[in-house]
Amino acid sequence: MTVLICVKVPAKLFCHYTEHCSRKDSILSASGETPQLYAAREPIFPRRVSGRFRNLKWVIMAVTLGIYYLTPWIRWDRGPNLPDQAVLVDLANRRFFFFMIEIWPHEFYFIAGLLIMAGLGLFLFTSALGRVWCGYTCPQTVWTDLFILVERWIEGDRNARVRLWRAKWDFRKWRLRITKFIVWILIAVATGGAWVFYFADAPTLLVDLFTLNAHPVAYTTVAILTATTFVFGGLMREQVCIYMCPWPRIQAAMMDEETITVGYREWRGEPRGKHRKADGAEELGDCIDCMACVNVCPMGIDIRDGQQLECITCALCIDACDDVMERIGKPRGLIDYLSLADEEAERAGALPRPIWKHVLRPRTILYTTLWSLVGVGLIVALFLRQEIDMTVSPVRNPTFVMLSDGTIRNIYDVRLRNKHGEAREFRMSLTSDEVMRIQLEGTDRLVITVPPDSTTLQRVYVSARPGSPAATGASTDLRLWVEDLASTDRAYRDTNFTGRGTQ
Amino acid sequence: MSKKPEEEHDIPTTGHSWDGIEEYDNPMPRWWLWTFYATIIWGVAYTIAFPAWPLIREATPGLLGYSTRAEVVEQIAAVEEANAEITAELASTELTQVSADPELMSFAVNGGAAVFRTYCSQCHGSGAAGAVGYPNLLDDDWLWGGDLENIYLTIAHGIRNDDLDSRYSEMPAFGEILDGQEIEQAVNYVMSLSGEPEDASMVAAGEQVYLDNCASCHGDNGMGDIFQGAPNLADAIWLYGGDAETLRETITYSRFGVMPPWNNRLSEAELRAVSLYVHSLGGGE
Repeated sequence: MTVLICVKVPAKLFCHYTEHCSRKDSILSASGETPQLYAAREPIFPRRVSGRFRNLKWVIMAVTLGIYYLTPWIRWDRGPNLPDQAVLVDLANRRFFFFMIEIWPHEFYFIAGLLIMAGLGLFLFTSALGRVWCGYTCPQTVWTDLFILVERWIEGDRNARVRLWRAKWDFRKWRLRITKFIVWILIAVATGGAWVFYFADAPTLLVDLFTLNAHPVAYTTVAILTATTFVFGGLMREQVCIYMCPWPRIQAAMMDEETITVGYREWRGEPRGKHRKADGAEELGDCIDCMACVNVCPMGIDIRDGQQLECITCALCIDACDDVMERIGKPRGLIDYLSLADEEAERAGALPRPIWKHVLRPRTILYTTLWSLVGVGLIVALFLRQEIDMTVSPVRNPTFVMLSDGTIRNIYDVRLRNKHGEAREFRMSLTSDEVMRIQLEGTDRLVITVPPDSTTLQRVYVSARPGSPAATGASTDLRLWVEDLASTDRAYRDTNFTGRGTQ
Repeated sequence: MSKKPEEEHDIPTTGHSWDGIEEYDNPMPRWWLWTFYATIIWGVAYTIAFPAWPLIREATPGLLGYSTRAEVVEQIAAVEEANAEITAELASTELTQVSADPELMSFAVNGGAAVFRTYCSQCHGSGAAGAVGYPNLLDDDWLWGGDLENIYLTIAHGIRNDDLDSRYSEMPAFGEILDGQEIEQAVNYVMSLSGEPEDASMVAAGEQVYLDNCASCHGDNGMGDIFQGAPNLADAIWLYGGDAETLRETITYSRFGVMPPWNNRLSEAELRAVSLYVHSLGGGE
C-alpha cells in the first residue's frame, strides 16, 4: 500500500550540512548515515563543591523553599468574618488576601501591575546579571538542587554515583535507588501539598487531606504537582531548561556586551595542560585541565567552550576553579563572572573590571526607574483605595417611567461594596444642578445595611417633578453619593437622568 | 538500531512535480496504518454506542442510551432539589413577611425575574414597561391594586377569563348608548381632567354626560375604582392613550383587556416569586 506524502524530512533538514546538496543526494547525509532526530540524554553527576557562590545558593534555597512551604501557615487576624490566613487565594469567595491587603476581583489590575513589575524585574536582572534568575532562584533550579542534594546523601558523591550507575542491578543498587525515589516522592508530595494550602485554610485542609475529606480538586492538584516536581526535579532536570523553557531564548535577546555571565578567561588559561613538569610546561596557561569545572556543572557542559545556551550561570564552576587555583597557588578568577566587553578589554591587557561597573549603566538604570515607577504607582493606588465603593448602572429598559402625577422617574441598579470586616450602614444621596429626589426600593429610609466584605445590589429611584427642567429635558447630569455612617468615608459615581426630552 | 536507509533509486516517486520538486512515494509507517484502522473501528463502534444514524423519525438511539435532553432534565432536577428547601419556605411564608428575610427575598426576586422573563415579558415587556393596552408595572398606577396581595391575586387568577376568581368588569360600548355629540362632549370632559381638552366649549356639557354614564365606575372625580378595575382618568397615565381620537374609540367601542390565570401553570412558589418581583419594581404599594 503506497499512499500520501512521505518525504524523508530529516535528511532534507540536514542537507545544508552536505557539500553536494542536490535534491536527490540529500537523502543520504555526507557520512552515509541517516541523522537521528534525537540524541539520548547523557546522565550528569554533579560533584559536591564548596565556595561563596555555593553558600549563596544554599542560603537562597533555604529562604525560597522556606517561603514556599511556610507562608500558608502564617496567621493574620482580620476579625471574626474574614479568614485569618496571611496569604490566601480564596477562589470560592473571589478574594485574595495578602497580610493587610485584600484584593477584590475588580482590583485585578494590581495583579497585572505586579506581573508588569515581574517582567521589568526580569529585564533588569537579565540585562545586568544575565541568567541570574535561572542560576539562583528559578524553582526548577532550586528543586533540582534539592533533589541532587538528596541524591548525594543517599548514593554518595560524583564518583560513587558514576560507579553505581555502571554497576549491575544488585541488591545495593535497588536499595539505594528505591530509597532515593522515596525521599524524592516525599519532597514532591510536600511541594504539591504546600501549593493547595494557598487556596484554602491550611490547618483545616491539612486535616481534611489526611482524613480523605478534602475536595477532589485538592487531591488532583497535589497529584499533578507531585508528578511534575518528581519528574522535572528528579528525572528531567537540565532538560527542562534546555528543551522546555522559553526563557533562555528570550534572555539571549536581552543580553548585551556589558551583561555579566559566567565565562572562562581563555587568554589566561590556554593552552591548558596537566603536566606542569614536562617539557614546554612554561608555555602552558593557568588551566591545569583538572575538569573540576565540568564535574560540578549541573548542566553537564564545559564552560571553557565559551558561552552556551545550556549555562544557567549558577557559578558553581567558579567555586570549583577558584578552589583549584588557590591550591596550586594561582590567582582566583580563571572562571569568573565576565561580560563580552571584558574579554576584548582583557585580551588587550586591561585589568578585570569590578562587577558593579557592569551593573550600573543607563539600560539597567532605565529598567530600575520603570520598575520603581510601576511599583510606586501600585502602592499609591493601594492606599488610595476606598473601603467603600459603588458602581451604578442606569436601567435603560425603559429609559424613564412616568408616575401617575406626571413625575418622571429613572431607575438605577447600584452595587454597594463594603470591604470592612463588619456590616456597615451606608446612606445614599445625590447632588445635581436640578432638583431631584432619591428613593430606595424596599425602604422609606436612605440607609442600607451592607453585610461584611460583600456587595449589595440596591434599586435606586431618582425622580423629577412634572414640568421641572430635569423631567422635560433630555439628559441631566447627577452624582450619586454613598456615605459610611460609621466613618467619614464616602464615594460617588457620576451618571445621568433621562427626561421626556428624549421622546 | 537504525535501519540501513534504502537507496534512493529504490524509492518510486508519485510522478508529481512542483517547481522541480518531486515527491517520494514511501510506504506509510506501520503505526500510522494501524492508527488509521483503529479510528475506523472506533468510528463504527461510536455510531453504535451513541445516537448517530438519522432514520425517518429520529436518529438511532445508541446502545448506551445517552441523550443530551436526559442530561438537561437531570441537571434541572438537581437544581430543583438543591432549591427545594428554600422553595418550600417561600411557598409557606406569609407573602408580606418574605421581605423580612433578605436571603429568601433575594431568592424570590431573582426567581421571580426569571419567571417574569419567561411568561410575562411577551405582553408587559422585558423591562416591565408595558405597551399600549398592556399596563406598565414600573409606575404607581394600578388598575386592580398594587399591594402584594392584589398583585398576587391578579397574577394567580388573571383578568377577564374563565377562571372563576378572575378579575372581572366590563365597560359598555357607549356607541350603542350615546349619540355622537354626547361622545364628543364626554371625550373633551375626560381630557380636561388631566390636561387640555380638544374643544373647551364641550367640557361643561361633557361633565353631565360623564356623571350620567361614567361616574358610577370611574368615580365622580374620575379617580377610578380598583375594585372594578376602572382606570383613573385624572392622572397622567393612559393605558390606551389620552388623545381625542383614542378616547373616542375607547368610549364608542369599549376596551376588554384580558390576562390569563397563571395558577394553573405556575407553582405556588413561582406565583409568589413573580408577585414579589413585580412588587419590587418601583410601583408596589
